[in-house]
Amino acid sequence: MKNEWPLWEIFIRGQHGMSHRHVGSLHAPDAEMAIKNARDVYTRRNEGVSIWAVEANHIAASSPSDKGPLYEPSESKVYRHPTFFDIPDEVGAM
Amino acid sequence: MYAQMVKSEATTDDPEKLAAFQARIDAGEKIEPKDWMPVGYRKTLIRQIGQHAHSEIVGQLPEGNWITRAPTLERKAILLAKVQDEAGHGLYLYCAAETLGVSRDELTEMLLDGRMKYSSIFNYPTLNWADMGAVGWLVDGAAILNQVPLQRTSFGPYSRAMIRVCKEESFHARQGFDAIRKMAEGTPAQKKMAQDAVNRLWFPALMMFGPSDADSVHSTQSMAWKIKMNTNDELRQKFVDQTVPQIEFLGLDLPDPGIKWNEERGSYDYSDPDWAEFFDVIKGNGPCNVDRLAARNKAWKDGQWVRDGLLAHARKKAARKVAAE
Ligand SMILES: [Fe+2]
Ligand SMILES: [Fe+2]
Repeated sequence: MKNEWPLWEIFIRGQHGMSHRHVGSLHAPDAEMAIKNARDVYTRRNEGVSIWAVEANHIAASSPSDKGPLYEPSESKVYRHPTFFDIPDEVGAM
Repeated sequence: MYAQMVKSEATTDDPEKLAAFQARIDAGEKIEPKDWMPVGYRKTLIRQIGQHAHSEIVGQLPEGNWITRAPTLERKAILLAKVQDEAGHGLYLYCAAETLGVSRDELTEMLLDGRMKYSSIFNYPTLNWADMGAVGWLVDGAAILNQVPLQRTSFGPYSRAMIRVCKEESFHARQGFDAIRKMAEGTPAQKKMAQDAVNRLWFPALMMFGPSDADSVHSTQSMAWKIKMNTNDELRQKFVDQTVPQIEFLGLDLPDPGIKWNEERGSYDYSDPDWAEFFDVIKGNGPCNVDRLAARNKAWKDGQWVRDGLLAHARKKAARKVAAE
């Protein structure tokens, strides 16, 4: 069995009310240590109020070659944006 | 720099794919780990990012040397925080290199058995407290000049690591300047120590940028791929131009009689470092090469039981959890 600690992806909530954001990765033997290490590595200057650690091999990711099939369909759907509709000035804020 | 003389690897990929790849880079797109990339791009980056990471880690040794002997509790806390940052920098960079398909342990082993290098600067000794000031101010100052443009490098994980590193680096340079300023403005004996530190570290700091690479094939390829952003000489000149006025501000003598303002170029002329010495240090014959590698090897060996123990504990806990379910 390979004796290298697994890789964890670290997500930090920067401030109350914000979502967690990916900040980087680190190695740790288990989740508890991953969070402890993340505290030392990624929050030394008050960068966070909450940490998520996810083992990297549990993350499912889309592949770069799927870019077309996944995202092109939305390019033609301009009516999904509010700017598609002309609202007369007299109507006021909307 | 922290990655000196990184040989770029030849690429034998499909010319059509290569052209499309170059077009993405020219358009300013970031290359992400799962994207197609030329074999040479991947190999060169592993070597460059790995060397950069090793430099952060080995770079802790010359400063760690003075933590317990800092002159005040405040200076001790500051130096400790600085050295801890460097461990973080090493880690951000190792993680960036790992996205290219090399493991952390492989990288570590290549450092430990000498297959991978770290910056020549860390093979010079730190003889006294004045060196702590000079290292932060000059060595981190030189590193910043290289790292700031690397924030725009084409490889996404490397660029993001550099952004994090740069956020922390100006603390490093400033604490060093502040420490040496205290000595330069102190007693005559303290001022003399500050001068001695600047004299000793000036040329090794200039060497950090590597030899002149104006006509090197490797750097042409790396610059096209945006994994090297400036020539060594450009960055070295920038360093001299920014540092000379700071030395004067401190009231210290310039460490090189060749430093003279050149009106025409709008820059300082300066003397070349002794490149024979540089190549000798790179080959392993610097004053501290043996010590540095011995210290890293010892740390790796001494830590083995901790790494194994924590992993065994984690596996046992996971097995118990499965059994209980
Ligand atoms: Fe650093
Ligand atoms: Fe630094």
